[in-house]
Order: sequence, then C-alpha cells, then structure tokens
Amino acid sequence: MSEKVLMKGNEALAEAAIQAGCRHFFGYPITPQTELAAYMSKRMPKIGGVYLQAESEVAAINMVLGASAAGVRAMTSSSSPGISLKSEGISYLAGSDLPCLIINIQRGGPGLGGIQPSQADYWQATKATGHGDFQILVFAPSTVQEMVDLVAGAFDKADKYRMPAMILADGMLGQMMEPVAIGEADVKLPEKEWATSGHKGKRKHNVINSLYIDPNVLENIVVERYKKYETIEATEQMSESYLTEDADIVLVAYGASSRIARSAVNSARELGIKAGLIRPISLWPFPKDVVAKAGDTAKQILTVEMSMGQMVDDVRLAVNGKCPVSFFGRTGGIIPTPAEVLEEIKKLAGGAV
Amino acid sequence: MTEHNILIAGFGGQGVLFSGKVIAYAGLIDGLEVSWLPSYGPEMRGGTANCSVCLSKRTIGSPLVVNPNAFVAMNLPSFDKFIDDVVPGGVVIVDSYLIEKKVEREDVKAFYVPAQKLAEENNLKGLSNIILTGKLFKELGFCSKEALDEAVKKCVPAKKAHLLEANYRAIELGMSI
Repeated sequence: MSEKVLMKGNEALAEAAIQAGCRHFFGYPITPQTELAAYMSKRMPKIGGVYLQAESEVAAINMVLGASAAGVRAMTSSSSPGISLKSEGISYLAGSDLPCLIINIQRGGPGLGGIQPSQADYWQATKATGHGDFQILVFAPSTVQEMVDLVAGAFDKADKYRMPAMILADGMLGQMMEPVAIGEADVKLPEKEWATSGHKGKRKHNVINSLYIDPNVLENIVVERYKKYETIEATEQMSESYLTEDADIVLVAYGASSRIARSAVNSARELGIKAGLIRPISLWPFPKDVVAKAGDTAKQILTVEMSMGQMVDDVRLAVNGKCPVSFFGRTGGIIPTPAEVLEEIKKLAGGAV
Repeated sequence: MTEHNILIAGFGGQGVLFSGKVIAYAGLIDGLEVSWLPSYGPEMRGGTANCSVCLSKRTIGSPLVVNPNAFVAMNLPSFDKFIDDVVPGGVVIVDSYLIEKKVEREDVKAFYVPAQKLAEENNLKGLSNIILTGKLFKELGFCSKEALDEAVKKCVPAKKAHLLEANYRAIELGMSI
C-alpha cells in the first residue's frame, strides 16, 4: 500500500480515475467541484490523456458520449445545476448502452441554489437523471478514501453492464481533506467489441444509437435493458452496517450525512440507547435487502439526509410497513449536527433517557 | 483520550487553511484519524475563512467542527462568531495584535499572542499563522514535536523550501510564549 497523504476529495476522485485507466475527461467548472477538473487539467497532459474544458455542460456530456462510443474510458464531473444540464446527454448515453463515469459533487438547490453541501439530488440520481425508462449505477462514498476506492469499481461495472455510473458525493466530501492511499493499479481495460473504433474492413461496422422509431423495437430494447437492471438489483447492492444487530433504532444515511449519523449513534449508545446505522453505498441499486431485514428487527427506522427527505421513500418501500420510518434532515447547504440527530434518536426512544 | 476538534478562523490570506493542514498532517504522521474541512466560496475572497480540523483515535464522524475544544482566532469577526461555541475547558488562542477584545468567558483557557506583530518583528512576515500553531501545540499538545516538524516539511511546497527554516522558527517562537 502506498503512503498515506492528505488529499481533497475532489482531487482524490480525479487521481483515482486516472489510476483506473481513464484518459478522457470532459468538464466545465462549477463550485464545489472545480478542484477535480483543475487536477485533471494538470495531470492529463502529462500522461498522454485528454483534458477538455467544454463550452458548456451539455457539450461536455456529449463529448463523453462520443468518447465512450469510441470505446475509451471517459468521464465528466459537475455539481447539481451542471448535472441537470447534462441530464439529456445522460439519457442518450443510457439509451445507447454506453458506459461512463459521472461525478456529482452536490450543492444546495433547486435552481442555482447555493454552493454549500447538499444531498438533494438523490431523486435525480436514482430515479430520473434524464427522460425515459432507464437507470444508472449510483455510488455514494462517505470518506475521501472511499471516494478513491469506488472509482475503479464504478468504471468496471459501467463497462460490464454497458451503462453510465455516477458517484454521488457533496461539497463537504469534495472539499475536505483526509488521509488517502492511492495504489498504482495494473489496469486491464476490457475489449469493447461494440465500439465504433474503426472496423478496418475486417468486420461489419458498429452503430451506436438511441433512436428507434418503431415502438415494438423500442419496447423490446427497453425490456431487455430492464432484465439487466433486474440482475444488477439482485447482485450489486452495497451497504455497510454499524451496530445494527441488536439495534432498536436503526438510522439509514449515506455519504456525508452518514458520518453525522454515525457520531449520533455513538452518542446514543453512550446514553444506553440501542442505535445502529445502515449506510447505503450503492444508491441504485438501493440496498433494499439489508434495509428490509432491519425492518424485521428494529422498532424504529430513522433516515437522515441533507435534503427535505428523498431516500426515505426507498427506505419506506424496503421496510414495507414493518416498522415506523421517520425522517430528519437539513437542506439548502446546512450540514446537520450530531447533536440534532441525537435529539431525534432520543425522541424516538420515547424520552426514556 | 486523544481527540481534538480544532477551529482556526481569520481573514482569507492569513494562512488559516495552511496551518490547519499542518495540524492535520501532524496527526496523520502520529497515526491518528484526521480530517480537514475548509470554508469555501465567495466568503474567502477578502472575507473570513475558517478551517475545521479533527484529530481522533476513532473514526471521525462529522468533519465540521461545531464546538471546538481549541479555537484559534485571527480576526475580530471570527472571534465574535465562534467564541461562544468553544466547549467549556477549551483552549482559545487569540492574535491580540489584531483583536483587542479579551475573552469574557471564564470557563475556557485563553491565551493572547500578538502573532502578527511578532511575525513582523522577527522577519517572519506572513507566518503569524504558524506562530499561533506553535502556541496551540504548546497548550494542546495535539501531536509529538517530531510529527509537527515533519508536517511542516510536508506542507511547505518544494518550490518554497527556502521558507522551511522560517516556519520552524515561527513554531519555536509560538512555543516560547
């Protein structure tokens, strides 16, 4: 393992992508994501890669589409309003069965919103990153090291399933520094027989397209894609459980808010309240099996988010009425404090403490 | 238990983020869990800047320091904004050359260092942040001295290696007060 250094989350994501074999980055600056693009602009030219600052987010995502169609490992990064601009391109990528990595360092919304950390793009990332019937893979790191660790896997799964993958982080994780080790990986990129990379007269030419005028054809393609999604939902759920085994109150929180929830769980335990935490790492597929299981044993489930309550929908669907599910969150760029979350836990514990 | 939640706050350009990075690196070298979180955005351009640093033997939850056990104040707006947030028994280091106010609270340990003036007098221009870091190190002992020296070396970029000696002098000066 290489020596640990302090790195900002944004920079660590960029370096991890390079280590994962990405040599094609297309972006456009936006706070609080800009260090990622800045890092790429310094590193890519030195290693024979492409860093291209596009004229807009719309252009950048379509460059990703072009690069991905040509079979290379391509990525873009932005923050909330920029991701909205990219959503058309993301839908086209999904409709063309193209892999790529998209990074969203979320900030407060809607509209231009603010520039402080937020998790209010959960619905967008997991339900509707663009128009049409489709899903993308969504991963939510909670530490700078995990930002690094998830990148290569996100690229690999995007390639494996031929679909876009997103790392959904936020301004706090992007801006903060933590110790991180980035190993030099020996990357072997998969062959992409479908890529439009030149047939050299040796094979039939490939076509990358998302336009299907005949509804029967389009329906078949979408239905086939959903069979793939079913496999992913069955096999790719990722989560971490902390002190959940004997927990009466199980918190569910991802990314930055999971760190705050974890602190609150520790404080609750010190007060004798049996609290635990499920931290979804894959947001799509949502780790519904683990959450459903918690519904069998817990008396209460509390979802904590930096939003008005979005993931809580998926938690309720997974729990399916087996126990009460409540929500606590702050939004607009406010980071909840462990003390606030602890108060919620105490309320659910029935004031026994 | 070794657990420190440190808040450093001042104007942009005073080296608030840099001294936070030195402290975080020192913790890392000593084998602690560390986090460093800056304020970011328009407020930094000429306005106030602050930086949360956590050092702990345990996994760090929220990296945002809401109630510091150590607070370094480098300007009056930051002093006013955060002084009441310090936990009882906490350490407060004030650049008394820039902040004329005294700490009214009696439940915190306040130390006054005219760091900006000391920096000017000792040919350490721009290193008042490191003088204050030296003082913080003395009062809080958040790491070993070896780790602190090593951290300074890590944080001073190779291009500015000639400033290393001045940084060490600034640390010593802060510790001597």
